[in-house]
Amino acid sequence: MKNYYQKEIETAPYEEIVKIQNEKLKKQVRRVYDNVAYYRDLMDKKGVKPEDIQTIDDIKKLPFLTKDDLREAYPYGLLGTDLKNCVRIQSTSGTTGKRVVAFYTQHDIDLWEECCARAIVAAGGTNEDVVQVCYGYGLFTGGPGLNGGSHKVGCLTLPMSSGNTERQIQFMMDLNATILCCTPSYAAYIGESLAERGYKPEDNKLKAGIFGAEPWTEEMRRSIEKSLGIKAYDIYGLTETSGPGVAFECEEQNGMHINEDHFYAEIIDPNTGEVLPEGSRGELVFTSLDKEGFPLLRYRTKDICVLTRKKCSCGRTHIKMSKPMGRSDDMMIIRGVNVFPSQIETVLLKEGYSPNYQIVVDRARNNDTFDVYIELNPDQVSDVVSDIQARERSLEAAMRSMLGIGPKIHLVPPKSITRSEGKAVRVIDKRNLHD
Amino acid sequence: MAITQLSVYLENKPGTLSQVINTISDAGINIRALSLADTRDFGILRLIVSDVQATRAILDDQAFATETEVIAVKMSDKAGALGNILKILEDESINIEYTYAFTSPSREQACVVFRVGDTKAAEKVLNTYGEITLNDEDLKDLL
Repeated sequence: MKNYYQKEIETAPYEEIVKIQNEKLKKQVRRVYDNVAYYRDLMDKKGVKPEDIQTIDDIKKLPFLTKDDLREAYPYGLLGTDLKNCVRIQSTSGTTGKRVVAFYTQHDIDLWEECCARAIVAAGGTNEDVVQVCYGYGLFTGGPGLNGGSHKVGCLTLPMSSGNTERQIQFMMDLNATILCCTPSYAAYIGESLAERGYKPEDNKLKAGIFGAEPWTEEMRRSIEKSLGIKAYDIYGLTETSGPGVAFECEEQNGMHINEDHFYAEIIDPNTGEVLPEGSRGELVFTSLDKEGFPLLRYRTKDICVLTRKKCSCGRTHIKMSKPMGRSDDMMIIRGVNVFPSQIETVLLKEGYSPNYQIVVDRARNNDTFDVYIELNPDQVSDVVSDIQARERSLEAAMRSMLGIGPKIHLVPPKSITRSEGKAVRVIDKRNLHD
Repeated sequence: MAITQLSVYLENKPGTLSQVINTISDAGINIRALSLADTRDFGILRLIVSDVQATRAILDDQAFATETEVIAVKMSDKAGALGNILKILEDESINIEYTYAFTSPSREQACVVFRVGDTKAAEKVLNTYGEITLNDEDLKDLL
C-alpha cells in the first residue's frame, strides 16, 4: 500500500521537478533581488544579476548566506515581503545569543504544513490517526509544524507540547495515540517510562513515530522501535528554511526525501564553497524556492551529509539526504536546542568569570546531560559553601536565559581544567552521535 | 586579633584531599585543626596550620589556598563551655557561617573557631562578655 499526501508532486519524474525548480528559482531570485537589500548587495558584490539565473544550475552563481548574515541582518534585514503580509514568526537561538527570527506569510505556513503532512502520510498517517505532538510549541518550530501537518492530513491532533511525561502517557493510553512526534531522546524516555509503569510495547496503540530536531543513531532507532512497538521515522528541518518537514523518511528508513519542489539542496565543500557531485560528503546548503516571508537563498546549514537520487521503493522521486553526519562548525544540539560554545563564553565573560571552561555532553537514560565546568577566578573563591552555591545558581540562570536550557554548573578551582598543548579542550561530547 | 585559617577549594573527587594533606605533611608542617565542607561537586578544606606562609607556598602549584580571618575563642575543655559561647552569639544575633573546634589535651584547653560575617564586631561582642579570643601568636602558645 502506497500513500502520499501529494502524490503528483511527490512522485513526479525528475525532469518535471527540474522544470518546477527552474521556474521557481527564477521568480524567487527576482523577488529577493527586488525586496531584500541585504542579499541584493551580496549579489551586486559578486556581479550577479537576476537575469543571470535562468535554470536551477545557475544557482551556483549566487552568493551564500550564513548564520553570521542572519545575525547581521537581524531582525528585518532578510524579510522578503512587506511585514503586513506576514502572519507568524518562529525563532531559534543564534550563535551569540541573538536569535534567528523567521517570518512566514500564510502561503509559507501552508507549504510548511504541507511538507509536514507529507511526512506524516509517509509514516502511515491517515485521517483515522491520532497524532500526539510532544515537540515544544511556541517559538520552536517543532510543535507548530507537526501540529499543522497533522491538521492537514485530518488526524486527531493532541497538542501536548513537551514535558510532563505523566500526562503524556495518560493521553497516549486513554486517547489511543497512534503516531508520536517528538525528539528521539524524548521518545526513548517515554518508552522507558511506560516500561517502568508496567506497560508492554503492545499495550499502546502507537504504530509510528516521527522524530527529529536532534541527531540520533540507528541503534537508538532500533531501541525506540522495540520499546514502543513502532516504526520510527526521521524528520529534518531548520527554522531558517521553515522548520521540520524540509526532509522526511519514508518506509525504506534509509535517508530523508527532501521536499525539493520547495527546497533546493546542494552539497558543497565547506572550505572552498565548491558544489560537489551527488554522493559526495559535504555541507548541506538550502535554497527556499517559493517562500515569501523569509526567502533564504543558498543558506549554509553547517550540517555535513550526503545526497542521493537513487530510485526509492516508496515511489517518491525526491532526492534523499543522509542523516547529518556532523557539523562543519562547533554547534551542539542538546535536548533539541542549538548550543554554541561561544554563547557559553559570552555569558561567562559578562558575569565576570574566567573563559576557562569545559562543556561535557553525555547521554544518560537516553536523555542528554549538559554540564559546564568553569574555573573560578582567584578572587571568586570562597571559604563559605553557600557563596559558591549562590554563584552556581545565578550562573545557571544566566545560561538558561541565553541558551534556553540550563546546564549543570560546576565551579572548579583556578587552573584546574586540563589544558592540552596550552589550549583547553572546550567540548567533550560523549554521545557518539555520528559514526 | 583573630586567627588566620587556610581555605583550600577542592574538586570533590577521590585523591584531592589526600594530595593536599600529604604535601603539607611532607613539608613537616603540622595541621592543628581541620574541617571539611563538602558538596557533590566541591569541597572546602579549612586548616589551622603551624606555618601559614610556608603552607601557602608549598600548596601553590597543586591547590588553591586563600587566607581567611576567623575568630578563635579559648574555652575550658568541659561540658557546657561551647554552649555558653553560642548563647552569646545568639543573643547578639550574630550569624555563624561555619564552626569547628579542637582541644589541647596537654593544657586541658579547647578552642572553638567561628567564621562570621563581621569578624571584628563579633570578636568585640565576645570580649565584652569576658570571652578570650586568640590571635596567631596566642595559638602557638596554646598548641
